[in-house]
Amino acid sequence: MTARDDIIGGIRRSLGRGALADEAAGKLAARIAAHRPNLIPARATSLDPPARVDLFVALAEAVQTTVARVASDRDVPGEVARYLAAENLPAELAMAPDPGLDALPWAERPLLQIRRGKAEASDAVSLTPCLAAVAETGTLMLVSGAATPTTLNFLPDTHIVVLRASQVVASYEDGWDLLRQRSGDGPSALPRSVNFITGPSRTGDIEQRIELGAHGPRRLHVILIDDAEQSPLR
Amino acid sequence: MEATSHTFTDNARAGLADPVLRRALGMAGTGFPARRAEAIARLPEFEALRDQGKAIKDHTIAHLDFYLELYERNVIAAGGVVHWARDAAEARAAVLDICRSVGAKVVTKGKSMVAEEIALNEHLEANGITPVETDLGEYIIQLRHEPPSHIIAPAIHLMKEQVTETFRAAHTALDPDRAISEAPQLCAEARAMLRPQFLAADAGITGANFLVAETGSSIIVTNEGNGDLTQILPKAHIVVASLEKIVPTLEDTATLLRLLARSATGQEFSSYTTLSTGPRRPGDLDGPEQYHVVLIDNGRTALIGGEFQDMLRCLRCAACLNHCPVYTAIGGHAYGWVYPGPMGAVLTPALIGLDEAGDLPNASSFCGRCESVCPVKIPLPKMMRHWRERQFVQGKAPPVYRHGLKCWAWVARRPGLYHELVELKARMLGWLGKRRGRFRALPLAGAWTKMRDMPAPEGRSFQSLWAERQRAGK
Repeated sequence: MTARDDIIGGIRRSLGRGALADEAAGKLAARIAAHRPNLIPARATSLDPPARVDLFVALAEAVQTTVARVASDRDVPGEVARYLAAENLPAELAMAPDPGLDALPWAERPLLQIRRGKAEASDAVSLTPCLAAVAETGTLMLVSGAATPTTLNFLPDTHIVVLRASQVVASYEDGWDLLRQRSGDGPSALPRSVNFITGPSRTGDIEQRIELGAHGPRRLHVILIDDAEQSPLR
Repeated sequence: MEATSHTFTDNARAGLADPVLRRALGMAGTGFPARRAEAIARLPEFEALRDQGKAIKDHTIAHLDFYLELYERNVIAAGGVVHWARDAAEARAAVLDICRSVGAKVVTKGKSMVAEEIALNEHLEANGITPVETDLGEYIIQLRHEPPSHIIAPAIHLMKEQVTETFRAAHTALDPDRAISEAPQLCAEARAMLRPQFLAADAGITGANFLVAETGSSIIVTNEGNGDLTQILPKAHIVVASLEKIVPTLEDTATLLRLLARSATGQEFSSYTTLSTGPRRPGDLDGPEQYHVVLIDNGRTALIGGEFQDMLRCLRCAACLNHCPVYTAIGGHAYGWVYPGPMGAVLTPALIGLDEAGDLPNASSFCGRCESVCPVKIPLPKMMRHWRERQFVQGKAPPVYRHGLKCWAWVARRPGLYHELVELKARMLGWLGKRRGRFRALPLAGAWTKMRDMPAPEGRSFQSLWAERQRAGK
């Protein structure tokens, strides 16, 4: 008997039944397919989109994410340059090879050196897009893909994320819906990594004193584009 | 790991006498509960979420066979491999086989309690593979050759002075005169030491907080980002997880995630919550080429249907440790195995036997704080009572308890005699203690009066006072 058969058999014996009958199994499958959310806290769902964005910003800043709000796409390269200078960082970036980021007017900032691709060990700063932001806890939601390598989120000391106000959703459940919209139902449709990121890397392992930059980025900076479009979900 | 739970009483005494541990636990016993209370005060729905979290876990266990099979299908559909392990030996062998298949010499590891449970590091080392713990707390105790003393803060028993000593002894290639007396310096040094290991590792091992049946994903919840570097840089990502980590859907997972960080550290959400599904996809520029899940039973399925089934709901948040007057007095090492505190007092006897761990369910004042803070409402005190009952029935309780309980039971079944004896005792102690109002020593209660005085009773039993009051009322 294989370990698998032994374990599944043991579970059924303990539960006092055999394999589930078709009807019972069908009910469970229907429960999964329904994607019905459980209780979602009201703190973000009760807000209109502008207030939801404000809640995201407040909760992100509460965990040491820094947020710069800019009026339009055109302002992003300037904000990147300003932030790097203010933090005394070199004007060099590893950037996600993402068409949306590519479309920004980088030529207006010729002093920024930009390399597109995954992160290398020597990269100090990365710039990535994100799939969404969750207002409920000030959380960014990033997914892996050919245009969005995951190493950019973790290897460099400083991670800059470009976010549109229209990408700010209320809850994690809204995030699941976005994932499903993007790639359809079913497991192989999910990207390899989905990263919920809430503030820079931290540890409390020495005397429970919080230190930033344990292994991941020491700084997490969000450039929030205040676009007027509606949220993708509501 | 080698269990020392059978010497619990001595371990606990040593813990109480350790001045470093006193200081370290003093900080833990106040910080975690205060932060948890603040986080919960900010979320009015928390109580309702606890009920839903409990219901999700109960539903999952009641259909565990269905969800495990679905989970396995979905892992495979996403390009991953599931390895089923009945016990620790099978789990260790599976991990070793995978490491060998990718030619691994160095493997990085995220924090995993089940990896401690199956003694994975010892097994890898014995077979020529170097496991490198990358969670800061785990890294510190690995250098010190100590087991973790807490399930989410493994080095909580240490003060920074011990960490400084440890790093000076271990990092001999660095300048011996460097300044590393403060926490920021120590964190920076660990980061610098571990970064090359992340880049060099051939395989990365993480645990899992949840396994999502709907998608075949594993989820880790961390603050440092070490678990992410561990899984995205090497050729192979190996997940070791016990099978009760299964959750049916992403929606169910969201509910449990709302409970986990708040209960554990009092954070709204941990810095990193990561869903991993299969290996890298075609076109991806990074990520592991192989994704393996070692799914471990090691005694879990035997708990289903019995009086300890509720323990399978445990999220390993450590709230019960942080709020336990016994844990915060003696520390985690006293419990002598992987899981300390109230959850350990229930789980450890189930996994390594009552003969080894019989003292643990007795190390409780039954104050009930553990159950009251548990995010999935596990009745921990009730289950400790079940263990005590089993101990008694199997004749494993110490003779003093056994005979004492038998005498008490004999008297208690004779109410007339019982009341006479209680009244007599109250009168005698009341008379003897009249002058001082308290006793500094009492026969048969030396262990109790060694640390404190016993207040003298007022000379009447409650029963007789009540009877008198009833008569007067008529």
